[in-house]
Amino acid sequence: MLDFVIKRFLQVIVVVFLALTVVFFLIRLAGDPTTLFLPPDAPREQIEEYRELLGYNRPLYVQYGDFMYNAIQGDFGESLRSQEDALGIVLDRLPATFQLAITSLILALFIAIPLGVLSAYKRNTVFDRIGVGLTVVGQAVPSFWLGLILIFLFAAQLQLLPSGGGGTPVHMILPTLTLAAYSVARFTRFTRSAMLDVLQKDYIRTAKASGVPTMRLIMRYALRNSLIPIITLVALDLGVLLGGAVITEAVFSWPGVGRLLWQSLMNRDFPIVLAGVFIIALIYAIINFVADILYAYVNPQIRVK
Amino acid sequence: MASSLPQGEQALGSVLKSKQKTKIGEFFSNLSRSWTGMLGFGIIMLLLFLSIFGPWITPYDPMHAEFSKGLLPPLTDGHLLGTDHLGRDIFSRIIMGARVSVIIGIATACIAGVIGTIVGIIAGYFRGWIDIVLMRLVDVQLSFPFIVLVLVINAIIGAGLRNIIISLAIGGWVIFARVIRSEVLALREKEFITSSIATGVSRLQILVKHILPNLFTPIIILASLQIGTYIIAEASISFLGFGVQPPTPAWGNMLNEGRDYIFSSWWLVTFPGIAIVITALGVNLFGDWLRDTLDPELKGE
Amino acid sequence: MSDAILKIKNLKIEFKSGKETVQPIRGVNFELKKGETLGVVGESGSGKSVTSLAIMGLLPERTSKIVDGEINFKGNDITNLKEKQYRKIRGNEISMIFQEPMTSLNPVFTIGQQLSEPLRQHRNMSKKEIEKAVINVLNQVGIPRAEQIINEYPHQLSGGMRQRVMISLALLCEPDLMIADEPTTALDVTIQAQILELMKNIKQENDMSLLLITHDLGVVAEMCDRVVVMYAGEIVEVAEINELFNEPLHPYTRGLIDSMPTQNTRKERLYSIRGQVPRPNEITKGCVFANRCPLAFSKCFEETPPVFARDDHLSKCWLQNTKEGEVV
Repeated sequence: MLDFVIKRFLQVIVVVFLALTVVFFLIRLAGDPTTLFLPPDAPREQIEEYRELLGYNRPLYVQYGDFMYNAIQGDFGESLRSQEDALGIVLDRLPATFQLAITSLILALFIAIPLGVLSAYKRNTVFDRIGVGLTVVGQAVPSFWLGLILIFLFAAQLQLLPSGGGGTPVHMILPTLTLAAYSVARFTRFTRSAMLDVLQKDYIRTAKASGVPTMRLIMRYALRNSLIPIITLVALDLGVLLGGAVITEAVFSWPGVGRLLWQSLMNRDFPIVLAGVFIIALIYAIINFVADILYAYVNPQIRVK
Repeated sequence: MASSLPQGEQALGSVLKSKQKTKIGEFFSNLSRSWTGMLGFGIIMLLLFLSIFGPWITPYDPMHAEFSKGLLPPLTDGHLLGTDHLGRDIFSRIIMGARVSVIIGIATACIAGVIGTIVGIIAGYFRGWIDIVLMRLVDVQLSFPFIVLVLVINAIIGAGLRNIIISLAIGGWVIFARVIRSEVLALREKEFITSSIATGVSRLQILVKHILPNLFTPIIILASLQIGTYIIAEASISFLGFGVQPPTPAWGNMLNEGRDYIFSSWWLVTFPGIAIVITALGVNLFGDWLRDTLDPELKGE
Repeated sequence: MSDAILKIKNLKIEFKSGKETVQPIRGVNFELKKGETLGVVGESGSGKSVTSLAIMGLLPERTSKIVDGEINFKGNDITNLKEKQYRKIRGNEISMIFQEPMTSLNPVFTIGQQLSEPLRQHRNMSKKEIEKAVINVLNQVGIPRAEQIINEYPHQLSGGMRQRVMISLALLCEPDLMIADEPTTALDVTIQAQILELMKNIKQENDMSLLLITHDLGVVAEMCDRVVVMYAGEIVEVAEINELFNEPLHPYTRGLIDSMPTQNTRKERLYSIRGQVPRPNEITKGCVFANRCPLAFSKCFEETPPVFARDDHLSKCWLQNTKEGEVV
């Protein structure tokens, strides 16, 4: 188990390291950052002066080494706009993103797992068919558009909820719904197919032959077995959820990392972009790490050797 | 004996020909048995039709702005779906937007598919350290959210139709690489490959003659299932102000422009979104059908 | 025959797949006496497993249906029982051992958790009492260090051990009837003998009736008092064990016996019955075995033979003395 944890931890480091490397070189290839600080008609000498001042005249590999050396210490430089510490700005926004993503994830699981279980249990009935139909349609709906439609309905028409911003629980409702809906369709599909697979297993028949009631058979036995593939699939899908969070934050002006990243891309505020990419890669790697441990926990064949 | 050979070949040729004919027949008879497959196919045909003949069937010039006619609701003044803030006909812009989506979906699938297939073949066929390095790389990229990756790349290299395709392809090739690699690994173990190796057929010949043709089906299935993702991703990124730039009509940037008018003019954000949903639904339905028909083993995966 | 614990009368089962319906069980009759071991023999596809699942009430609900006949268990017809009532019988009065010990135990629960289940469902016992009972039964089936085993998972046990666990699962509520569906088929030959011996002992100690389903006449010879031979969803012969081996009346039974590999003599060639069991949708008029029968004549293809009884020896063949070819 310890081996496993160490191995996965090393993988997290590699992911984060490579993500930073790629983005760093992309940014440098895209153009000279000095031009961003100065008006377009700045004289040559001034540009040169700035390049020297900021170290952009050094060879690329020196800049890269320098950047990595600082990044390891948590220093991604200062925001080009506000001159504040880039990582600090990103970290300030992190709680809001966590709040949104975790609430949505929990909501999605609470809707999707019972729905998937019921759909599998009542397979090929009208209920199941409607359920499957909805998941297929749901997968074709882009989250940002769903967000717009929710804003139109609940903010513009009914005037019940705010269309954006953050702070109060009321502000959370629409973004959470949007992000959760985005995952419900896929999670339901995972649960249904995992349950269908498990329900036809020999050991379910054994339990039935022992006189286990249907409800207990499904809730205790089949669901527990299904959790193994469900955890794997949901964990793989959390990248989609995290990506969805970035877009949802942009739609609802939710003050999280995603919106910050988007705005920084618009402003070409690259230190913040790098710090944001670092944090997103780190979060996603940690989520996968946790999912792996959870997976081992529910699967005795890995846990108990 | 020698004279009978060409005849045999001829016979073989005619068999192959009739086989091809029945294949198309088989395709349609299979398709007709699944209403979801038919629906998907129908939607795809409609999209292709719109993207090819779009300019001839739009009732208005999709780029033509007429400020006096801004924000007209649907079914007024001959504008079926109304006009946007610049007075451009939304129906015409949606028809032209189909072209952007189709181009992006197909071009990305082609580029990502080719890169991914080449990488997958190299990794799966040659194994060893090159496999380990390539698959590590794939793992690493897969452990970063696709849409964020595409967004960041596109924002850095710059917006525009060509750049969004490049960004999507950079984000998308890894899935092809992974699937194709495992297909190649499975194929390598098949008896007809082993026996070819045993009889001394060269590596390249085996690759071209035996492995490539067998990869065709999984590539087609995967591509058809990915196109929907690409179309939605492009719309999302164009909605965020990158990707396809106005005034080129794309569904994503139409939604971005319409966003400011959501409190007054609902049609600006409604219809382009419906177009995306129908498109993605059609592509996904067809992809699912294709997978279930061509590769029943993958069903329910 | 009041001492019969299980009577199956004219059982007919229908399977539905799409628009097609087939009858894999077409009028099966037999009975199992108290304390008896009855073997049900036949090739795969003969309907023996379907019959056993029907007795357990475990036929797939949506796709199968008992269309006629009755399954009389201890004097009551159980074919029309509600699921809730049936559940009280399953694992309690009738229990079942399945073919595949590797897949029949749930991988995510410990042996102890799985073995507690029948007692939880059918007995009003405390956790402590259940654990004691489970350890007791594990000891009875010859599992060493039962106190540790209950905390282990199926993947930590060997195939033979798992089948012992399956047997103890079936044994827990001291059922009146135990059904064993090919209990040794998936095991190594050396383990097979151990498991059979164990089942024999357990049956005696617990005063149960045993319905043993197998394709292996060797197992039947070892274990059973009487034998039912099934072919293509019908019973073709029923006889006491010695009589069946000494004087088989149905050509199919003869074929099965002849195709048994014998231990001592090395035959020139192993006998085999040509052809395959017809699928349920391929059955037409006449005797079901006619197309594979070496002795078939015109009548066999025209008319279905009735059941002929010679004392307790029943057979469904027009030739009532196959050795002499005597036509009835």
